Amino acid sequence: MAKKLPEVDVVLVGFGWTASVIAQELTEAGANVLALERGSWRDTVPDFSVTHIQDELRYAVRKEIFEQTRRQTLTFRDKPDQTALPMRELGSFLPASGVGGAGVHWNGQNWRFLPTDFLLRTHNEQRYGKKAIPDDMTIQDWGISYEQLEPYYDKWEYLCGISGKAGNIGGKIQPGGNPFEGARRREYPLPPLKRSAATVLFDKAAREVGLHPFPAPAANTSKPYLNPLGVQMGQCTYCGYCEWFGCANYSKASPQSTILPVLLKKDNFSFRTHSSVVRILTDSNGKRATGVVYVDQNGREYIQPAQMVVLCAFAHHNVHLLLVSKIGVPYDPQTGTGVVGRNYAYQVSSSVNVTCKERLNPFMGAGALGQVADDFNGDNFDHTGKGFLGGGYIALWNTGGRPILQEYLPKGTPKWGAGWKKALHEDYLYSTHMQCHGGVMSYRDNYLDLDPTYKDAYGNPLLRLTFDFHHNENAMSKFLTDRATEIAKAIPNRGINSKPRKGDYSIVPYQTTHNTGGAAMGTDPRTSFVNPFLQSWDVPNLWVMGSTVFPQNAGYNPTGTVGALAFWAADAMKRYIKNPQPLVQT
Amino acid sequence: MNAKLLIAGALALASAGVAVAAVQVYAPTRARQPWATVQQGKYLARAGDCESCHTAEGGKPYAGGRPVPTPFGIVYSVNITPDPDTGIGAWSEEDFYRAMHDGIDQQGKRLYPAFPYPWYTHMTHGDVDAIKAYLDTVKPVRQVDRKPKLGWPFSMRSMLAVWDKLYLDAKRFQPDPARSAQWNRGKYLVDGAGHCGACHSAKNMLGHADTSHPMQGGMAEHVFAPNLGAGERDGLSGWTRDDIVQYLATGSNRYATAAGPMAEVVQASTQYLKQRDLAAMATYLKSLEGPKPETPDTPNKDTLRAGAALYVDDCAGCHMNNGAGIANAFPPLRASSAVQAAKPDLLIAVILQGARSPATSAKPTGLMMPAFDNKLDDAEVATLTTYIRNAWGNRGGDVSKGDVAKLRNTLASAPR
Repeated sequence: MAKKLPEVDVVLVGFGWTASVIAQELTEAGANVLALERGSWRDTVPDFSVTHIQDELRYAVRKEIFEQTRRQTLTFRDKPDQTALPMRELGSFLPASGVGGAGVHWNGQNWRFLPTDFLLRTHNEQRYGKKAIPDDMTIQDWGISYEQLEPYYDKWEYLCGISGKAGNIGGKIQPGGNPFEGARRREYPLPPLKRSAATVLFDKAAREVGLHPFPAPAANTSKPYLNPLGVQMGQCTYCGYCEWFGCANYSKASPQSTILPVLLKKDNFSFRTHSSVVRILTDSNGKRATGVVYVDQNGREYIQPAQMVVLCAFAHHNVHLLLVSKIGVPYDPQTGTGVVGRNYAYQVSSSVNVTCKERLNPFMGAGALGQVADDFNGDNFDHTGKGFLGGGYIALWNTGGRPILQEYLPKGTPKWGAGWKKALHEDYLYSTHMQCHGGVMSYRDNYLDLDPTYKDAYGNPLLRLTFDFHHNENAMSKFLTDRATEIAKAIPNRGINSKPRKGDYSIVPYQTTHNTGGAAMGTDPRTSFVNPFLQSWDVPNLWVMGSTVFPQNAGYNPTGTVGALAFWAADAMKRYIKNPQPLVQT
Repeated sequence: MNAKLLIAGALALASAGVAVAAVQVYAPTRARQPWATVQQGKYLARAGDCESCHTAEGGKPYAGGRPVPTPFGIVYSVNITPDPDTGIGAWSEEDFYRAMHDGIDQQGKRLYPAFPYPWYTHMTHGDVDAIKAYLDTVKPVRQVDRKPKLGWPFSMRSMLAVWDKLYLDAKRFQPDPARSAQWNRGKYLVDGAGHCGACHSAKNMLGHADTSHPMQGGMAEHVFAPNLGAGERDGLSGWTRDDIVQYLATGSNRYATAAGPMAEVVQASTQYLKQRDLAAMATYLKSLEGPKPETPDTPNKDTLRAGAALYVDDCAGCHMNNGAGIANAFPPLRASSAVQAAKPDLLIAVILQGARSPATSAKPTGLMMPAFDNKLDDAEVATLTTYIRNAWGNRGGDVSKGDVAKLRNTLASAPR
């Protein structure tokens, strides 16, 4: 029998980035907020301590700080006519577990989406005609413009202390920045990170082939930083252990390093760890969320009543909770109706390894230390005759040169033994790689639903993912890889190894944790689960955060947009608290 | 380490044994005090950092039970909530004043000087009454005091009469007319409520502070509290009054970040003091003489070379290769009086245990340094400490492996 607890104003499912932002904003507005986190408490010291966290075997190979598949996982298949099987080990993406969520282990590659990304269908139809969009491509506008989101991008970037160079301030193109970006109100809070030898080579080569490279915006601090909440951050030491690790030096933006020192001191905020939310509760007519059910480490069940429920978990888990709680109409790929599980998307990546003539010392790095060409992202270039829509960036990231997983050795290098050692000895210091990071459109047959066979530790059906790349993404990825290869050729080199992506999507090798969709935002309740304020159409006191609400995926890493949307939604929630009504009437 | 009484500020009353006869529902018999008096008392209670010692880890505020280590054993802070039975709710103002001024409790028993009455004795009767007025307003907690764990002969309270006779100079603060009002206010706060000398002054075998050479450095619990008097290398000569104010108000300044027991003092006490009171304390401290400068020996080159390598591996990421630290985040080690203090204990303790900067309202982050006790052995800590104390123009002499081993043992066996 579940124990019923005293009601709170707002319960947050998960305690990562979006929960931290929402909690900070709503507690300032006076609400009593509780976050429920399935994982453990974690802090810079002792969990990410310097000289302790830099343990690649423990964290990157054995994946200590990620989701435990024994508790919760998903099943996967490429096509709807296949039988999905459960992921018993993490592979293609790495959701987190624990306070701070994936905000602890991200690289810090922090982007704004393009103005045209938010108007994807309208813009492409206008520029290329309705026929340019295939029938099964279910892309849609976001219901919010870049201009509306801009103040919130700004707020997010100043919270995190982003290091970068503006390319467009108030419509004026700035030398040294990204000339393709949407207009921003001001410069980044910190200057770009120091360049590595490899990014300098990339910059020169990309210019030679006519592109416009710029330093990537980084949530790794190039200088000490004091954020608007008064939280102090250190300065990045370029240790190269960002991705899949917590930061030891208070220099990568995470909930712990930007918000929690202030949030945790508030009397009207509390959180509980080892508390897995298994159900959202609604009233008898399903129009109002009344709270959540969660299970603690000992299997005890609790009912946590709340005036508002905000889903702040990883993209998949938000959708899973909606499905098992029977909230919203589940998506049906046969008829194309329903919204929960609809428009799941991912990203498409490929790489080009280069063995340079110049020594690079790749071990010095930072998660978002990179030089990027954005010429082929979104609709920054004319797609006429290209045979695809959308795009991505080409970057030379110098995230680090870790000994086990970050050697980009020449083509044909043996995986072990004397040949591998020889190549490592001769080429490691000269090796680098470029990444092509492309968006993925949404499609009628890429979706999330409940698995008919497999269950999680709590007896709920697992989430089932049905996903494959389509012609558009394969063509776009090939295009990007070819462009990257041209850049590589302009770098003085001893060898190039282009690695285009091939065949069906495989969930086994790690690709990216940028999973999106399943409870899209939009202006039409028939094609979106939340309105443009991230408020559920069906249950107005239920809100969904994170990349779950992306109608399709853009060519950028999603965290910047996730953060901006959280601030945007928080403002809407403050209005809702004063007048609890749907913010968009249907 | 000298056997010196480690005075940290705790009332050490033995359990009374006899319960107050009429146990009533909490209802103070005295009239409620005016709001302004209660606020004055709250301010002074913070200046005296009462709550820190009188609250056990995870315990209720002011209910006592926190162990206070001394070389003679452990005393526990007592319940000073207004619970009439187990706290001090049944005490009159005069009872309370006698405890604060003479170190004698309501039943007439002498208190252990781990409770800093040798400093509180300087406070005015009105200020002490205000503290009592404030304590009468905190939530009463029924919690029986713990008995001290002291070895014979220190377990005999009769010893304390001798101590008081020898050392207690029970008199109120007398302003020095030759000095400014600000200086006098500063001395009143430093020597009275602030009881800074309890840690920062040298103490004799029986724990009596050296009042003729105040604030020249002394033991605070397990580590050396640095000299607050003059001193180019190990004192505050380089600090301006504003530096001192900033340190006490926020927990750090351009030279130092509070660590160890001082981090707690800033967080629980000095950050709440008015700027003008902090400025007064700074004025007084800046007038103090320092100990006679010593010139420590220069350690041998091999030790320094080995220490530099350890430093690069374990410290330079935050404190930087040149020991300059990072402004507003990680403290400098170069030209630091704490690093070059007469004894290396504080530096060793921070390396072994890690540290957390005070989380103050001005600087809420509470940046932490991890502990290195599980990574570096005694010899390595000694080498590293020697390097830090002698690099970048620092002068601090050699640190021995034995010093580290001894402190490691002490810290490991410290009561919690």
